[in-house]
Amino acid sequence: MKTAAPSLKNAPRRSNLGRQRTEQAFKAVCLVALVVTFGVLLTLLASVAWMGVKYLDFGFLTGLPSRHPEKAGVMPALMGTLWACLICALTAIPIGVATAVLLEEYRPKNSLGRWLMDVLQLNITNLAGVPSIVYGVLGLTVFVYVFQTAATASGPDAWSLSIGSPSGWFYLQLPMGRSVLAGGLTLALVIMPVIITAASEAIRAVPSSLKQASLALGATRWQTIRRVVLPKALPGIATGSILAMSRAIGEAAPVLMISGAVFLTFAPRNLMDKFTVMPLQIYSWVGKPQEEFHQVAATGIVVLLAVLLLFNGTAVLIRQRAQRMG
Amino acid sequence: MTLISNDRGLDMTASADASFPGDLIDRPPLQPEPVATKPMIRISGFDCFYGSTQAIFNQTMDIAENQVTALIGPSGCGKSTLLRWINRMNDEIPSARAQGSITIDGQEILGKGVDLVELRLKVGMVFQKPNPFPKSIYDNVAFGPRLHYKLSRSEVDGIVEHSLTRAGLWDEVKDRLKESALGLSGGQQQRLCIARTMAVEPTVILMDEPCSALDPKSTARIEELVDELRGSYTILMVTHNMHQAARVSDETAFMFQGKLIEHGRTEQVFHQPREKQTEDYIRGRFG
Repeated sequence: MKTAAPSLKNAPRRSNLGRQRTEQAFKAVCLVALVVTFGVLLTLLASVAWMGVKYLDFGFLTGLPSRHPEKAGVMPALMGTLWACLICALTAIPIGVATAVLLEEYRPKNSLGRWLMDVLQLNITNLAGVPSIVYGVLGLTVFVYVFQTAATASGPDAWSLSIGSPSGWFYLQLPMGRSVLAGGLTLALVIMPVIITAASEAIRAVPSSLKQASLALGATRWQTIRRVVLPKALPGIATGSILAMSRAIGEAAPVLMISGAVFLTFAPRNLMDKFTVMPLQIYSWVGKPQEEFHQVAATGIVVLLAVLLLFNGTAVLIRQRAQRMG
Repeated sequence: MTLISNDRGLDMTASADASFPGDLIDRPPLQPEPVATKPMIRISGFDCFYGSTQAIFNQTMDIAENQVTALIGPSGCGKSTLLRWINRMNDEIPSARAQGSITIDGQEILGKGVDLVELRLKVGMVFQKPNPFPKSIYDNVAFGPRLHYKLSRSEVDGIVEHSLTRAGLWDEVKDRLKESALGLSGGQQQRLCIARTMAVEPTVILMDEPCSALDPKSTARIEELVDELRGSYTILMVTHNMHQAARVSDETAFMFQGKLIEHGRTEQVFHQPREKQTEDYIRGRFG
């Protein structure tokens, strides 16, 4: 027995006008959202620029913090930021990319191993959302206190190990103390999950047909990674790394835990020197009662934003270039 | 379509059906069995599984040296799986496992101790979709040789020219070797992939439906190329195109539901199949 074919002929129609109205309303909501976001951002930028323009000159970049707002400069904090971020980049990017390669390309074949890898990967993704102050505490405990405790536990005469000399940039000492090295390494902890996640995604996006082509030609796994996977994933890895770095530049909380110092009159001279960073310096200026220092803080924000814009601009450029080539 | 079992099967002459692929063979049908050539690949008692699903059942088959063997059969019958075991590409799939024996030139290639680099150096593969690297045409061909050998610039130049010439691509690309391979047409890309495979001098070339993503003209070009390579390489080609199997292969193997149904000289398989299933498949009654 056959049932009648379903027919739409007698089904009630939705009103066309009603649907078009919904369409327009949705568009309007999106537009409002855009205007609100952009408005807030523009207001912020304009007010900061307006306030900050008074003290923005070359002397501000090269000057030291001072009790006089017109003399105050950002040089130690700017240099501290550059030092910390360089240390952070040199440790976080290689370790992060290597971890991503392991997670994506060296997956174990047995199911227990794969399950462990999945758990690990999920947790790394979660780590990206952990508040940075937590990493600050971790860094303080691991890099600053562990060796200090070990050093003072042996007696009243605390020991210390050092390599290199304080006069050159390469000077390592244990315990590390509240040094720019400890700060940079802590920032590396903060952004490592972000880099691992971004690099994993970039590596996963490499078509498996390319990997197979390489393997089928007799390439080892490493040769395939080195010659096919990494070149193809490089734009994604670079973009992710740069965005992670711009997060590191803006971090204040973990650095506050490590450095503690906000008023320094010198830039770091070696890896063991004390340091401060831009966000901390801005924070210290904002906290001062005098109105002039709030303007100095705004100038600091302008400089920080300029550095950030430089980084993000580079990321966009890299991505566009890669898209054109790919 | 289901298997049709009526009495029309065997008495239907080839000429009665104009589109019968066997007609494309210009060699006279019903030749006596040719002298068996030396087998290059010997498959025996071969089973393979994906997880608990068995994909190939107790297959035994010899693949002749320097001949073109076509693997035909409906989708999902295990042709590509078999192909991908011969160069162990299935090692990439965690759930895939196999038992039995496959030897190439007398050497067992299944099992843990096999050096996959050496195996794949000997057994090249051309994939279904052209998959050139996003590098220059030159670097695509030079990729394989550079993996395995330390070569001077002029040696690489020679290999690139020789491989591209054999793949019939040299005249089309000799002025743009430094340009991206992704700028080539699909058919050119596939010939580039064949050149890339030949550049490491394999003895066996596996082709997994090499023309399925190409237009008829490019397909004809690849078929010509396969014809030229006959005698220099042992070629095992999976194809869904009966006419292609009839045109280019010396031997044809028909697989169905993970089992080898029939394997013989192409003219015999197409004109006088021993099995009813083979005939039904070749005549397009199912699959």
